[in-house]
Amino acid sequence: MSIATPMLELRGLDVAYGGVGAVRDLSLTVGRGEIVGLIGPNGAGKSTTLHAIMGLVPPRQGEILLAGSSLLGRSPERVAQSGVALVPEGRRIFAELTVEENLLLGLAGRRSQDGIDEDMGAVYELFPIVQEFKRRHAGVLSGGQQQQLAIARALVAAPDLLLLDEPSLGLSPTVVDVVFEALRAIRERGLTVLLVEQRAQRTVALADRTYVIANGELRLTLSPADAGDTEKMVAAYLS
Amino acid sequence: MIVPTFISAFEITWQVIVDAIGLGAVYALMAVGIGLVFGVLRLVNFAYGQLIMAGAYALAFASQWNWPLWAAIPFCFGVVIALSMAMDRAVFRPLRTQSPPVMLVATFAVAFLLQSIALLAFGPLGKTASSLGYLNRPVTIGHVDIRKITIVAIVVAAVCLGAVVLLLERTRVGLHMRAASIDFRTARLLGVNANRVIGSAVLVSALLAAAVSVILTVQNPLVTPDFALRDTIVVLAGVVVGGMNRLLSATLGGFAIGFVTGLLGGALPTAQSQYLPSLVFGLVILVLLIRPAGLFAKRGIQAERV
Repeated sequence: MSIATPMLELRGLDVAYGGVGAVRDLSLTVGRGEIVGLIGPNGAGKSTTLHAIMGLVPPRQGEILLAGSSLLGRSPERVAQSGVALVPEGRRIFAELTVEENLLLGLAGRRSQDGIDEDMGAVYELFPIVQEFKRRHAGVLSGGQQQQLAIARALVAAPDLLLLDEPSLGLSPTVVDVVFEALRAIRERGLTVLLVEQRAQRTVALADRTYVIANGELRLTLSPADAGDTEKMVAAYLS
Repeated sequence: MIVPTFISAFEITWQVIVDAIGLGAVYALMAVGIGLVFGVLRLVNFAYGQLIMAGAYALAFASQWNWPLWAAIPFCFGVVIALSMAMDRAVFRPLRTQSPPVMLVATFAVAFLLQSIALLAFGPLGKTASSLGYLNRPVTIGHVDIRKITIVAIVVAAVCLGAVVLLLERTRVGLHMRAASIDFRTARLLGVNANRVIGSAVLVSALLAAAVSVILTVQNPLVTPDFALRDTIVVLAGVVVGGMNRLLSATLGGFAIGFVTGLLGGALPTAQSQYLPSLVFGLVILVLLIRPAGLFAKRGIQAERV
């Protein structure tokens, strides 16, 4: 495996639900240390793409490569244990468990038991609220705090690739700022990120490269410079 | 010794109460065994009684072969664990993505298949498991005669329940089981190994079934193909009455129905004992009408199941 091998590569991915194509011939790459955005309207196939990567839905065709190795046919837990962590849509934290227990669950995806304390410390530094409330039930946290917990839970798995499915969904603008600030901090640590979002402008501005998909197909690739180009952004969504 | 007048009118003595606690303890163990598997698989295992039956036959054969206790009890545990694992691998795991009715019918089929196999292999007359018969002798505490097996049942239940709580609350696999019982898909996405979690639940459930086999064969040494069948139905009712969605409420439901069954069984004159099932299940219907979510279920937020 060469250093030039992308961390994630999708080749001609085709995913269907009940015979209806949700993703069609989608090819994209995410290089090591990059943040790549994936935007598009509702039902474009963004979440389906993440589900296919995680092994939740089997693709009809195509290839999913993690650092050059195929993920096809692996169960969700094996994908997680291969170094892919997902922050799912709607956060999916375990409300009845404590914040700390939620974090400990993130350790299930770790490949090495070394350095757990350091990683926990780094996560607490990034999200102090998680440490402050670690003895509380996760269900009593606010939406923004739960999102921080969901990202923290993914980070303690020490993944090579972090997938985020609409992390700003349902959050107030102030809390969205916190989430995007955390993503910037995560980028500085060199983690590879594929970010699915509805907030197009902020995603394009943050990501090294942003793919726009609609009706399951890749329509456009945007660079951070395009974030200020309102016409281009609107056109991308209407394409 | 007789308890206060208003109770003694129903002929409930301290001895009846202690026996009822003993039966409640055994049913609580069965409820935990059923509840653990339900938590992770959403599977109401109707065949749980046949695991207990298999353990009872193992003890009966060990008794027939004059095996010492130190060999008979591990043999019982081995048979129950092996059968439970086989049941899981052959039926439950392949069907785990199917709807609850499909899995329920599958457990019915497994239950009656195992019962039929026992009938064909061992005959209808039954076998006697007598190795632990001495535990039926009473000890006198205060002025109350209590059978040793009742004390053993209560102690075993307390120890097993404590061990299950420690497993769930203090170990990694316990945390994974709790998470899987709340949201299996998300747990798997985090890297929680589905097969290990299910295997652990099935194993613990089998250990509890084997413990119940040992206790029940002392109380009822004649092992027949329908051994523990009635108990399983009563416990299933208890689990639903307690609240299926939480292990604690299911366990309390199991204990409660065992306690009430023991109490009524002890209080009813022998000539009227045929009314016992009607009374117990009448109470079950009444409770379900008043609290359909379960007598001990939490209101409001959806609670964890394990």
